[in-house]
Amino acid sequence: MTMLHTVNKSPFERNALDSCMSMANKGSKILLIEDAVVGAVDKNTHAEKIKGAMSDYTFYVLGPDLQARGIDEGNVIDGVNVVDYAGYVDLVAETDNVQSWL
Amino acid sequence: MGTITVDGKDYEVDEEGYLVNLNEWVPAMAEIMAKDEDCTLTDAHWEVINFLREYYDEYQIAPAVRVLTKAIGKKLGADKGNSKYLYELFPYGPAKQACKYAGLPKPTGCV
Amino acid sequence: MAEPWEEDEGPVKKFMFVNRKAPYGTIYALESLEVVLISAAFDQDVSLVFVDDGVYQLKKGQTTDGIGMKNFSPTYRALEGYDIEKLYVSKESLEERGLSEDDLLVDVQVMSKSEIADLMDDQDVVLSF
Repeated sequence: MTMLHTVNKSPFERNALDSCMSMANKGSKILLIEDAVVGAVDKNTHAEKIKGAMSDYTFYVLGPDLQARGIDEGNVIDGVNVVDYAGYVDLVAETDNVQSWL
Repeated sequence: MGTITVDGKDYEVDEEGYLVNLNEWVPAMAEIMAKDEDCTLTDAHWEVINFLREYYDEYQIAPAVRVLTKAIGKKLGADKGNSKYLYELFPYGPAKQACKYAGLPKPTGCV
Repeated sequence: MAEPWEEDEGPVKKFMFVNRKAPYGTIYALESLEVVLISAAFDQDVSLVFVDDGVYQLKKGQTTDGIGMKNFSPTYRALEGYDIEKLYVSKESLEERGLSEDDLLVDVQVMSKSEIADLMDDQDVVLSF
């Protein structure tokens, strides 16, 4: 079984990403949406968490939410995949179920 | 919103006739609500109404009909813990109708 | 005579409700509880997880008079009557908050996050609160 975990809170504000990573099994996909996209910026103080977990999870970030916050895709951590809404739908469709870390 | 008058005093009820503030409930209210629906309350009705009030007091919800049926069976015996018996007493639905008379909100999930 | 809800109603799916918020500050805990109660009508395989601040939903001694809100914690004790008996609580989340199983108002299974994660992986539907 492969799970998709979505996180929608900024790591600067809430522990949703930490909680997610403390529970998600290896091989899971983690998608950052809404305010959580700020955590996908390279060199932010939470970036090391994501970089350190790349071998366990595949990370995604929602492009429209980056754009809405003025974040250039070029500043996203290497290895984090930027997806659009259609890509979001694909992730939901290709995984067995979804847990939202609100 | 409407009101129900019991012994000259008005109590607020919702659009379906359920008492808004369950602490205001008095037994005479059940009699008046029942009369409105052409139902005469017997000891058997009161057994269920009192059971519901105790259940609410303990769990803070009105039970779903299957939970009520099972719990009644456990407390009052299998001859009473079945839909047939309860629907004969409360033809509009045991949970719905009896809860109303008991001054409780409509059971969660009951449409 | 069989009651209508005792008849076979087709396939049973596994539904997991994940509760991560303390009660009262937000509506999540109460909303989750209401959906759980409604879901009981559908005879599915329902489990509840309490993790992070969600463990406070099951804390004994909740007294809400001072905040003018309804104390819905007694309702967790009604779940057994609704045949909902799979309550899983994160050991780590309890420990981080200085709580233990004795602080909880219902019988639960305390397990590690990795054990809960495996159960989560095995669900048909995960509902997040």
